[in-house]
Amino acid sequence: MKLQVNGKEHDVSVPDDMPLLWVLRDVLGLTGTKFGCGMAQCGACTVHLDGKPLRSCVLPVARAAGHKITTIEGLDAAGGHPVQKAWAELDVVQCGYCQSGQIMAAAALIEQVPKPTDGDIDAALSGNICRCGTYQRIRAAVHLAAEIAGGRA
Amino acid sequence: MNASLSRRTFLTRSAVAGGGLLIGLSLPTSVRRVFAQEGAAAAPKILPNAFVRIGADDTVTVFLKHSEMGQGIATSLPMAVAEELECDWSRVRCEHAPAHQDYAHTVFGIQMTGGSTSTWESFDQLRLAGAAAREMLISAAATQWGVPASACRAENGFVIQGERRARFGELAAAAAALPVPSSPKLKEPQEWKLLGRSTHRLDSPEKITGKAEFGIDVQRPGLLTALVARSPWFGGTVRSFRSEKAKAVPGVVDVVQIPSGVAVLAEHFWAARKGREALEIDWDAGSLAGHSTAAQLEDFRKKARTDGAVAASKGDAAAALSRAAQQVEAEYSVPYLAHAMMEPLNCTVELRPGACEIWTGTQFQTGDQAAAAQIAGLKPEQVQVHTTFLGGGFGRRANPRSDFVAEAVHLAKASGKPVKVVWTREDDIRGGYYRPSWVSRLRAGLDATGKPVAWAHTLVGQSIMMGTPFAAMIKNGVDETSVEGAANSPYLAGIADHRVDLHSPESPIPVLWWRSVGHSHTAFVVESFVDELAHAAKKDPVAFRRELLPADSRHRRVLDTAAEAFGWGKPLPAGHGAGIAVHESFGSVVAQAAEVSVEQGSIRVHRVVCAIDCGPVVNPDGVEAQMQSGIVYGLSAALYGEITFKDGQVEQSNFHDYPVLRLHEMPRIEVHIARSKDKMGGAGEPGTPPIAPAVANALFAATGQRLRSLPLRLA
Repeated sequence: MKLQVNGKEHDVSVPDDMPLLWVLRDVLGLTGTKFGCGMAQCGACTVHLDGKPLRSCVLPVARAAGHKITTIEGLDAAGGHPVQKAWAELDVVQCGYCQSGQIMAAAALIEQVPKPTDGDIDAALSGNICRCGTYQRIRAAVHLAAEIAGGRA
Repeated sequence: MNASLSRRTFLTRSAVAGGGLLIGLSLPTSVRRVFAQEGAAAAPKILPNAFVRIGADDTVTVFLKHSEMGQGIATSLPMAVAEELECDWSRVRCEHAPAHQDYAHTVFGIQMTGGSTSTWESFDQLRLAGAAAREMLISAAATQWGVPASACRAENGFVIQGERRARFGELAAAAAALPVPSSPKLKEPQEWKLLGRSTHRLDSPEKITGKAEFGIDVQRPGLLTALVARSPWFGGTVRSFRSEKAKAVPGVVDVVQIPSGVAVLAEHFWAARKGREALEIDWDAGSLAGHSTAAQLEDFRKKARTDGAVAASKGDAAAALSRAAQQVEAEYSVPYLAHAMMEPLNCTVELRPGACEIWTGTQFQTGDQAAAAQIAGLKPEQVQVHTTFLGGGFGRRANPRSDFVAEAVHLAKASGKPVKVVWTREDDIRGGYYRPSWVSRLRAGLDATGKPVAWAHTLVGQSIMMGTPFAAMIKNGVDETSVEGAANSPYLAGIADHRVDLHSPESPIPVLWWRSVGHSHTAFVVESFVDELAHAAKKDPVAFRRELLPADSRHRRVLDTAAEAFGWGKPLPAGHGAGIAVHESFGSVVAQAAEVSVEQGSIRVHRVVCAIDCGPVVNPDGVEAQMQSGIVYGLSAALYGEITFKDGQVEQSNFHDYPVLRLHEMPRIEVHIARSKDKMGGAGEPGTPPIAPAVANALFAATGQRLRSLPLRLA
């Protein structure tokens, strides 16, 4: 099976029903995408499929074949994406485990909605759990990321 | 400020490969071993006993003896080193130290992270290490330039004398050959440039790019992933099992029985999970069969009406109650709680002849090392522990029984292969080591003016210490972690006749410290009950507390700060209510005022104003983050958290039935930090205890309903 991940093509030999998450982590060694619940409840495993945010823990890998997959490693390895810049500026992370998923969800949001309202942010990110309670900073950082992205454009 | 050095903080130094300087603080015996290891061919990358290393390239590496689990110590502790070292902050790195007695907690005596102690516990130790290194670098430069050391100063990574300057990296090799100053001079607080100022986290860059390595991310050659089928009943055992179907799953390599259950080893997680689903196991349920939460609650309630072990007593509470003008009585309860860290438990182990290597996010290095050594038949020093980042800890990763580490070592031993044991979310929620369930019965007597004159509090719940190596700390039947915040409540000092007593029933349900430990229930109970007393006395909740708390106390000050910033007493929108709570834990005092309403039958927390006095502050933004974090953690428990039992089995399994707070429910949080000169306290846990009572009290104000059990459920 051929997978296109972060602009690179990989040939993997895995069962069709294996969730994309485990192919990324255990086969391709891309461990930035996290396992949190295994049932699309927490968002830690969020990746982009053709630019749209998606929970990789419940997506059978066969359904990802033929699509462009982007993981946190492919967003900007140097941390230069507007969302990453905003996250660093506002010191959002604590333990950091959920943040790959939060950042991928936020990046997809500002791509689709360049100036998100609080309501937009609620709708886009309430599926991403953070047990360290960084929500207030996440909200502020999404607004800041939108500003950074707007300035760049 | 010139701290004297105890034997434990004897300073040592050594040169490192590449001409660097390594400063450690250690016992003299370990100095010899360090030098011995340096000469050995296979010297470990990080030498034991080091706290700071200065590389020839000017990089300053601070070794963290505690575990970074989100609380920000991988930033605050390097700040303490850098302040004294006068290095360039942009060149500072931080790494977890290995497990070694030299990294033992200076109060607890073992290497561990807990009790909100990390920053204050190693603050002096790390400042001394930084100051010693600074003095040695200055000496090296002075010698080189032929000038007295007093003519030189260190600044931003350079030693400077007049127009001359030398980089720390250039001086490190020469500095390493010098004797270590026995009592390096520390700066006065008013000279601090970094300490006390908000500083960006050092671990952001790797955590926003997916590069940070958590235990679950560890990769090793030939590593197998294991999932363990554990008994659905705590204390249950395997009668027999069949593994044929599991072994037929593609990718499954082996099935092995270990003390905690039956493990499936596979090439990857998915095969291990499918293999585990295919196992056929006949369990012996053990003594918990038939157990139900409702029955336990009834039992606890009965016990709460009998006398327990005395935790605090003064005068004659019973007599004072009977003669009081007004009596108030209430019973409170809180459930078992899972920690539910975002990163499920995991542990990677490789066993080789005479050696065991462990990679995991642990809060309890010394205990885990000892447990692994015992299982592997090795000495503790033959067990290397690599502490990774922790995807949350909250106490679950500090287990005196080392459950998740011991299991992985058993499995590596039984299978003969390198193994990473991964827990699923269901394993985590159902895996025990919960915050214990509690029942509290309180009675108070008020005099004719509404002043409390009698107080009796009986607590019923499992001891965390019992059955662990900490059991020796249980005195006269009282585990202090059961009654902290209740037996030493500041309100008791002004009540002549009071009594706090404790029942500690035993159960096969494993319990453990959960962020703020005993305070997680005592703050709810005491601060809710004080609110009840205020209403019984027909007094404003803030005014009532002010009367009971000593004037000029930290409690009074943070209460006043929170009340004023909140706008206490000012009109709120229709249907909204305000509540307040103040509680001391882990050396810090926190007050929180909450504004709530009920929206379509659901509790909505609109805003929380939080005031903390934690003494001197290292990184204010870090303290603010911990207050936000503690509030969210406590709010999740107050609104949703509950582990219940039916037929002896846990009823919850994942985030759909063990819900936690989500972004759209997040209140606005405002944090006020007192810059007091009191003793430095903790910040990781003290934000959690006050939020449940603040919200419960606000709900009473909004609805008239006094909710006495958690999670809060409106009638």
